[in-house]
Amino acid sequence: MDFDLSEEQRLLKESVDGLLSDAYDFDARKKYMAEKGGWSQAIWSKLAEQGLLGLPFAEADGGFGAGAVETMIVMEALGKALLLEPYLPTVVIAGGFLRHGGSAEQKAAHIPAIIDGSKSFAFAQLEKNSRYDLNDVVTSAKKKGAGWVLDGEKFVVINGENADTLLVTARTKGGQRDKNGIGVFLVPSNAKGVARKSYPTQDGLHAADIAFTGVEVGADAAIGDPENALPLIERVVDEARTAMCAEAVGAMDESLKTTVEYLKTRKQFGVPIGSFQTLQHRAADMFVAVEQARSMSMFATMASDFDDARERATAVAAAKVQIGKSAKFVGQQAIQLHGGIGMTQEAKIGHYFKRLTIIENTLGDTDYHLRRVTESGGLV
Amino acid sequence: MDLAFSKEEIAFREEVRAFFRDNVPPETRRKLVEGRHLSKDEMVAWWRILNKKGWGVTHWPKEYGGTGWSSVQHYIFNEELQMYPAPAPLAFGVSMVGPVIYTFGNEQQKKHYLPRIANVDDWWCQGFSEPGSGSDLASLKTKAERKGDKYVINGQKTWTTLAQYADMIFCLCRTDPAAKKQTGISFILVDMKSKGITVRPIQTIDGGYEVNEVFLDDVEVPLENLVGEENKGWDYAKFLLGNERTGIARVGVSKERIRRIKELASKVESGGKPVIQDQGFREKLAAVEIELKALELTQLRVVADEGKHGKGKPNPASSVLKIKGSEIQQTTTELLMEVIGPFAAPYDEHGDDGSNEAMDWTAQIAPSYFNNRKVSIYGGSNEIQRNIITKAVLGL
Repeated sequence: MDFDLSEEQRLLKESVDGLLSDAYDFDARKKYMAEKGGWSQAIWSKLAEQGLLGLPFAEADGGFGAGAVETMIVMEALGKALLLEPYLPTVVIAGGFLRHGGSAEQKAAHIPAIIDGSKSFAFAQLEKNSRYDLNDVVTSAKKKGAGWVLDGEKFVVINGENADTLLVTARTKGGQRDKNGIGVFLVPSNAKGVARKSYPTQDGLHAADIAFTGVEVGADAAIGDPENALPLIERVVDEARTAMCAEAVGAMDESLKTTVEYLKTRKQFGVPIGSFQTLQHRAADMFVAVEQARSMSMFATMASDFDDARERATAVAAAKVQIGKSAKFVGQQAIQLHGGIGMTQEAKIGHYFKRLTIIENTLGDTDYHLRRVTESGGLV
Repeated sequence: MDLAFSKEEIAFREEVRAFFRDNVPPETRRKLVEGRHLSKDEMVAWWRILNKKGWGVTHWPKEYGGTGWSSVQHYIFNEELQMYPAPAPLAFGVSMVGPVIYTFGNEQQKKHYLPRIANVDDWWCQGFSEPGSGSDLASLKTKAERKGDKYVINGQKTWTTLAQYADMIFCLCRTDPAAKKQTGISFILVDMKSKGITVRPIQTIDGGYEVNEVFLDDVEVPLENLVGEENKGWDYAKFLLGNERTGIARVGVSKERIRRIKELASKVESGGKPVIQDQGFREKLAAVEIELKALELTQLRVVADEGKHGKGKPNPASSVLKIKGSEIQQTTTELLMEVIGPFAAPYDEHGDDGSNEAMDWTAQIAPSYFNNRKVSIYGGSNEIQRNIITKAVLGL
């Protein structure tokens, strides 16, 4: 049992923290947000130069063979910086599909372009009525010759506007909620029949609703078994949830730090407001919430080594519950303790609050994951 | 970063588990499971079994009978003890006065008291709180005046846990009335059989008698019973209160109680089906299990980190343990209340003298709920814990 970072992991943390503290202050972020699709290609290239986009890939595929802990380190740093660039959809999600389910040809075709920062990806999974259920898929993929034809609609696809390639979940057989008959397909975003409607999201990212009308892709578009990819999807999505937990911990750390700083400097009644016990105890409760969240983020991260798939999934669900609760508390109290200034777009604290809020509602909210934990029989 | 215990640690867990299975008297275990109180003899008998095994004072230095275990081994031992469950060693002796004596006491005190603490030849109680000095402990008024070769102690201590069984009490007394609050306090060991000591039991809201008032009227104590230096007692008290911070989370206790909730909720019916099948109830239970898992991980982080911040400088996360640990203990007793529903009401008039077998054990559920309100009050109330976080961690 060991909670320390290795020497290499410590160096990784220093380098990513260093890069972002130089290049990603609050004003810089505003500029990046105004670029096409809502993020900066220059920053993306810097992340590539530092090797961050290649971390989880096998050395044979040109990566660094890093594990879940390294992803946690990076995601925490990205959470602290409120990074806009599509690390989660590209490196964690698309990277996860390629690593766990990709053929040698698919890996060779896509991984180098992720590592060098030349291509970004998006995960087109959410449907109008699917909410958080990964098995609820109406979008269809029908055989045509050796390839497939996709029809359907996907919503709130993060980085949908800029992505070069979309990972689309689609039903190859069975009914809307059947666990069998779901595939994952690599679809070029400029393929004929793909129509994207882009918009900003509440937390400063960009997303798109995407319609697929008779979109034809080859046989090599399917990752893994096109008739039984749900286990693969669940595995990759659990990795994405784990990564988001770490991102939230980074955002909470920064929210608490910013709030404590404000309590020390803001004066009312002639004294710093941090001298008032009501506010002190609120800040102490925020600290407790952040530490409990950090513990569960570590738990989910380390659970990726568990042999038992159900235990692994339960650990991730439990972590998402804790992170959801902590994020809500920390985010809300951070605004409250900032007072009026916390309500303004100019203050950065509100942007952390918004990102934390949307994380809770992404890939399963607190209630959803609580139900998953009850269904698994619990943790004790 | 790795969550797994080593092979040696897993083997150690098996060894500890087997020892409890083979050596905890079944009656003792049953009473603990059912939330009943144990008699003094039952507790002492078990502690002597532990001491005979060499596990009476596990965290003490080896020269005084400790085990030399790693912090992970201590963690495993405590968790297994709490989960079995078996009675925890008497904290007032083993975790409180013992470490003060071997750290600040003289050779004669070490030689005399330490083996007696380990074997519970002396039952110790704690003379810190006073009627006017709770969270503001340093305002204490009990005074010890030097008269010849003796101290003469006058004052009143309160919330003295199990003083009715005690042979010895360690007291914080004011020895320099002119000095400022924290200075001028001394740490003095007092024989409970001394003339002038009166113990008055306080009945708590669960109907039990755990705590007492202890009155000291012209109690004469030999000067040699002073620990360390006169007027330095506050430093020793701080040392004592900073010890054993990781045990306070009581993760094993809450795990054991959650198992009991599940067992009982599978038997008790509501709406024609076992309570455990009620989705609302299950979600509440799962929420506690998640909180407990987070606490367990926080505790493991503190355990794995022990000593790395330097002696006496605990991991900042350790202040979380008391707050969350007590909240979770309280929530689990609330859930037991919820399961038992209207049958929480019957009160067992036999009290908790160890002979209260007249009624079903479910009569202990409400008392246990009432009694557990104490855990967010004692050991530095949760509000004091928040003050500590505010100052020591957040720097406000």
